[in-house]
Amino acid sequence: MRVACLRACALLLILVTAALGRDARADAFGDALAGFARDSYADTIAAVEKLSALGDPRAAPVLRALAEGNLYVRKSDQAVVVAREDGGKTEAAEAATGRPVGAFKADEFDKVRVNNRVRAAVQAALGTFDLVHPDARTRIAAARALFRSPDAKNIPLLEKSLEAEADAAVRAEKELALAASRVLSDKAQVRLEGVARLKTAATPEARNLLLRVAGEAEKGSALHAAATDAIASMDSQIRLARNAEIFFQGLSLGSVLLLAAIGLAITFGVMGVINMAHGEMVMLGAYTTFVVQQAVRAWVPELMEVSVLIAVPVAFLVSGAVGIGLERGAIRHLYGRPIETLLMTWGVSMILQQAVRVAFGSTNREVTSPSWMSGTMEIASGIALTQNRVVIILFGLIVFGLVVLVTKKTWFGLQMRAVTQNRAMAASMGIRTGRVDAMTFGLGSGIAGMAGVALAQIDNVSPNLGQGYIVDSFMVVVFGGVGNLLGLLLGSSILGVVNKFLEPFAGAVLGKIFVLVAIIVFIQFRPRGLFALKGRAAEA
Amino acid sequence: MLQLTRRAALAGLLAGTVLAGAPAFAQDTIKVGVLHSLSGTMAISETTLKDTILMMIDDQNKKGGLLGKKLEAVVVDPASNWPLFAEKARELIQVQKVAVVFGCWTSVSRKSVLPVFEELNGLLFYPVQYEGEESSRNVFYTGAAPNQQAIPAVEYLMSKDGGEAKRWVLLGTDYVYPRTTNKILRAFLKSKGVAEADIMEEYTPFGHSDWQTIVRRVKQFASQGKKTAVVSTINGDANVPFYKELGNQGIKATDIPVVAFSVGEEELAGIDTKPLLGHLAAWNYFQSVKNGTNTEFVAQWKAFIKNPKRVTNDPMEAHYIGFKMWAQAVRQAGSTNVDAVRQAMYGQKVKSPSGYDITMHTNHHLAKPVMIGEIKADGQFEIVWQTKGPIVAEAWSPHIAENKGKVADWSYPWVCGNCTKPKF
Repeated sequence: MRVACLRACALLLILVTAALGRDARADAFGDALAGFARDSYADTIAAVEKLSALGDPRAAPVLRALAEGNLYVRKSDQAVVVAREDGGKTEAAEAATGRPVGAFKADEFDKVRVNNRVRAAVQAALGTFDLVHPDARTRIAAARALFRSPDAKNIPLLEKSLEAEADAAVRAEKELALAASRVLSDKAQVRLEGVARLKTAATPEARNLLLRVAGEAEKGSALHAAATDAIASMDSQIRLARNAEIFFQGLSLGSVLLLAAIGLAITFGVMGVINMAHGEMVMLGAYTTFVVQQAVRAWVPELMEVSVLIAVPVAFLVSGAVGIGLERGAIRHLYGRPIETLLMTWGVSMILQQAVRVAFGSTNREVTSPSWMSGTMEIASGIALTQNRVVIILFGLIVFGLVVLVTKKTWFGLQMRAVTQNRAMAASMGIRTGRVDAMTFGLGSGIAGMAGVALAQIDNVSPNLGQGYIVDSFMVVVFGGVGNLLGLLLGSSILGVVNKFLEPFAGAVLGKIFVLVAIIVFIQFRPRGLFALKGRAAEA
Repeated sequence: MLQLTRRAALAGLLAGTVLAGAPAFAQDTIKVGVLHSLSGTMAISETTLKDTILMMIDDQNKKGGLLGKKLEAVVVDPASNWPLFAEKARELIQVQKVAVVFGCWTSVSRKSVLPVFEELNGLLFYPVQYEGEESSRNVFYTGAAPNQQAIPAVEYLMSKDGGEAKRWVLLGTDYVYPRTTNKILRAFLKSKGVAEADIMEEYTPFGHSDWQTIVRRVKQFASQGKKTAVVSTINGDANVPFYKELGNQGIKATDIPVVAFSVGEEELAGIDTKPLLGHLAAWNYFQSVKNGTNTEFVAQWKAFIKNPKRVTNDPMEAHYIGFKMWAQAVRQAGSTNVDAVRQAMYGQKVKSPSGYDITMHTNHHLAKPVMIGEIKADGQFEIVWQTKGPIVAEAWSPHIAENKGKVADWSYPWVCGNCTKPKF
């Protein structure tokens, strides 16, 4: 009997202590949560820091909800509530107990307000939780968040998680985060280690940190010397990376110019038609992209990621058809009368603009880029290229290759060249010149439409889209050499790169003026452009 | 005979239209001019303002019009072409004989029409935040002056909550508003101890679309060891590629916050805002403001435009205030005569969607609350800071040395928009 009582008593005691222990933890957790109810950024941040210091597993979902704007405070009893949207319905549960809240009525709750300062604190706090997350990308994000908000108290945590880290990419990020935290340690040796690792990073953030260290360290100390040395070596790397990036941006601008001009190189360069409506063919291509995207969204949403690819041939057909119609309907009556052609096509450009304005409205249309065209890709440390630009450069080259192939290697290309070089002779050899004219003009216009698909990703889809590119296109064609495709490729790249290297010094406005003046001067000396056609073809 | 009848019928038809049309317009309606770009680079921002005024007129007509007459909108399209603004303004006042004009967005368009309004004694309601440094007898400015937008925004970014920015990039479109605002901001920043080397100023043309270099340079400027913030006075559709580039180059608001003065809900409607989370805008109103007047305003707009996805923004709210004030002033004056209405405008009060009673002051500007919002993933703004109440506009910024002693006050004894001593 007594034994039984003893046993029962002991069990009871154990239970009570366990409950007390949990209560103590719950209290600390509850205390931390209370900070969210005070509606002040400083208190919210204090609460975030308390939560992350507790190491309670319940903290992570609360922090995540806060970062996503899903943390609420119930007005009636100040309880902190985590909301979760699920298929249009909002479900909510108390943060401390996990008890579900009945019906979630928005006016019974106050949202915990978040600004950039709070968001940075939350990300850093989440970083400490996510360092051991099973998903590698989440671990990288965690390491980056800790790198952005370095704190010496994270050193042991990072060291521990590094030991278990197998993934090389994640390792590198964690090492950087560790280095950033070490740099802020109070032990000189640890700080030096951090500086040594950061030196290899060559990113603006790392440089910022090192500047901070150099500013805090005593002049003449080993730390100061190491930090300044690291900054200097970083600077040369950063300069190299900067020039590489400017060069890339120049190529990117060049590819835009190339795309805009390549259709014109056919209609103007090969056929000699001054087509002022060329820009509108580009614009039609951009609107086609928009329409295709809307159609895909409405009927086959699972293909959204590739709607751009579907738009390419469709835009080619739309602009090409409009081009053929324009050639057959009007331009063919004006061959050999350049001034009239110029005026007529200019009029057509206005009609097309207005037609689009009537059909789609005067405000811009939104074309969303697929995920494979957003964000940056890092090709080397410190050199980050924006993905949409990379895709457009590749696209420009592919289109260029296709055009070269069509004009040089196909039967149609042969006929096209024959007609443009000597119309009468071609006709007497049995080539239907009228049909070839129409197809050539259609090809040029269709390619302009394909350019429109690319430009829709980086520029505004508006009725005025084409106007912005018409001058540039003529500039590139004239500079590269009328009728010469290789000249077009080189000309557009040169113009792009020169423009981008000028821009930092001269500004966007003056830089462009300089380029224009340079071209005018250049044309004085080489009126036929970079690559002048020679021989009989030149006079065609 | 057949020929004759047809001709006669045509003539009759024509005369009929003229007779039926003209006197009806001249006698029974009050004409309200709407001077907003419906095409060109500013159409992205201005088209909705035209629709806002149409909505207000529609609403007023449903309530029986004004002074026993119906209101009639006269809409013209100056096509983002600044000299055309002046021509269209002249047409509205002289040919159409409108009682009032609601219009303009860019300061360059306002500067273009200003001489016309002053010469013909017209009345313009200008609904957009602007650089100040102006107070015309013929214009009521219902948008913010710099002390109601730019200065508080910069002060917020300097504060602890705003991230304590120490280095500043001033990005703008190349025309009078950004340049003047940045001149004021530069003077203000210097007065707060910011060094010349810590300010970068950069301008781009309207409709600029290649932001790669500038965004890169901002990143580089921010890597000098001090917290950097960007103040954007970029106008029109150039904002779309700018924000896309910010997103693509991964500039996060927690690292380099960008605060914009000309980007609202409408401009963001064309962009994927997820990468822009936390970037800021400063205005006197956001659609996300919670109060009864705003709920009604938003619902009224969605019903009028027949699209539940459309958004409201600050300049629309300014037009709402301006139109209501004008209608009240006309009723009080018992006339649409410009001089009578102007007198009646001073001290006019309107309960605005921002949640405050907004008052027109004798410097032709409003007292408005200042709000700073951070972009949310859904394209709306979360208000992260706001003033306790309305702030009175300073037409002449005290941060510009030449403005010392300048007063804008169109009431007796000053009767002047730009004087250092009273006229009477």
